[in-house]
Amino acid sequence: MSAVAISQLKKTYRNGMQALKGIDLTVEQGDFFALLGPNGAGKSTTIGILTSLINKSGGHVTIFNHDLDREINAAKRCIGLVPQEFNFNQFEPVEEIVINQAGYYGVPLKRAQQRCEWALKALGLWDKRRDMARSLSGGMKRRLMIARSLVHEPSLLILDEPTAGVDIELRRSMWEFLQEVNRMGTTIILTTHYLEEAEMLCRNIAIIDKGLIVENSSMKQLLATIDCETFILDIKQPLTTPPEFSGGTLRRLIDPHTLEVDVNHQSGLNPLFAQLSQQGIEVLSMRNKTNRLEELFLRRVEAGDAKL
Amino acid sequence: MNHLHTYAIAFLTIVVKEIRRFRRIWIQTLLPPMITTALYFVIFGKMIGSQLAPIDGVSYMDYIVPGLIMMSIITNAYANVVSSFYGSKFGRHIEELLVAPIPPSLILLGFVSGGVARGLSVGLLVTLVASFFTELHLHNLWVTLSVALLTAFLFSLAGFINAVYAKSFDDISIIPTFVLTPLIYLGGIFYSVEMLPGVWSQISLINPILYMINTLRFGLLGISDIDITYAYLVIGAFIVVLYSFSLMLLTRGIGTRS
Repeated sequence: MSAVAISQLKKTYRNGMQALKGIDLTVEQGDFFALLGPNGAGKSTTIGILTSLINKSGGHVTIFNHDLDREINAAKRCIGLVPQEFNFNQFEPVEEIVINQAGYYGVPLKRAQQRCEWALKALGLWDKRRDMARSLSGGMKRRLMIARSLVHEPSLLILDEPTAGVDIELRRSMWEFLQEVNRMGTTIILTTHYLEEAEMLCRNIAIIDKGLIVENSSMKQLLATIDCETFILDIKQPLTTPPEFSGGTLRRLIDPHTLEVDVNHQSGLNPLFAQLSQQGIEVLSMRNKTNRLEELFLRRVEAGDAKL
Repeated sequence: MNHLHTYAIAFLTIVVKEIRRFRRIWIQTLLPPMITTALYFVIFGKMIGSQLAPIDGVSYMDYIVPGLIMMSIITNAYANVVSSFYGSKFGRHIEELLVAPIPPSLILLGFVSGGVARGLSVGLLVTLVASFFTELHLHNLWVTLSVALLTAFLFSLAGFINAVYAKSFDDISIIPTFVLTPLIYLGGIFYSVEMLPGVWSQISLINPILYMINTLRFGLLGISDIDITYAYLVIGAFIVVLYSFSLMLLTRGIGTRS
């Protein structure tokens, strides 16, 4: 069964801005799905329409086979939302925010209290349950929104940049938590600007740009389309001139100790190291210049720009 | 679990949350009207009122009690909904309700119930304050309770409409300052419309608040400038119009959704 099925979804704002130009998208039940795109591409508009915060201008949406036009409350019941910006009452205690949200979904108080305890403990907020939300740090506020979104046991969790502004340690613990939630059967749609995050967590991906889907495939398939990667090599002895390569792998000498090289996937890394050894160049370390998905993302978006 | 049960839980959650909100900030919501009306009773009731002749057979102090209670109900019911709903728009936590499976009518009734609760709570507190200055009367319990409840409901709806259209905190104080307050003061709190010269008593009849104050005065003292049947018709008509309009605004997402 599809968790989300979108066909020909369009949105034109009152100021005439066409945010979505007729997108088609399907997210299968149980998936961990990345919806990526540059700022203003239409990601948040799509999420806004799925969660009924934005009225669509055209098209058709179903959530677990519930038509958003005809069975809006049944569709809403399936969704938990973690929005991009903090949208809870900063003057309410943490526990009250989470329990109230359960109440809005019709969860009886006792069950709501149990779910609240589970979510706050799982996200490390249990000790803060009586604190006013405004007293929490930025990372805690993000976790509070995740706890709130899960309290009514949604089948579909939509995360709109959930780790924005969160330090790397906390981000990694949130990834583990979200993977566990997904393993327990919750379908997850994630938008993020951290492409490493999408690559690590998601099985399927769509890239949206200027209101259109420019890529929609599995993460594996997409990453397999990469034919070339750029690496940064740290060199032991300083170089004054760039070394000679027969395969055109060199991109540039960044500084006397740093080389940037392109490596074709078909030829691999061995010929590169062989040539460096022949010239007496010792490599201390190497790293990817960019994340693989980031490379692809930029190519797809740039290709879209070139067409315009 | 049937839908009726889930909707009942959702509605009660909104109501309890709204009541907690005004109770949490009682120094701003419950205390000021008590102090203000105590001052009215001291200045107008005791100091000036003692120099005035009785109106319709009741002392001036007794005469102004229903009007001051009604003024508190109106201003507090209105203020609660306008500030709570606008605050939830401003802080974006209205989205918590908009993404949840709650029919717009229940969201509206939830906020309005919060306004009614504050209006009636303050009305009760002001009545207690009045009891320190004069002996309270009760002519008709049902008229007293029903008009207080309906008026609080009506002005909660009005506050909701104001909040929907408000784009800044200034916008939520313009209507109370420039429309509501003059209508309340000219609605016969401190005088009988029969005391007004010529055409002014007729003009006063187009002020809906006059009907509410006089109905409460009838409920407490048994005197009124108008027929209370008209008063119920006026209040009922306003409630139907404002409720339908508020529901339309919320259903279409005006002021709340893009």
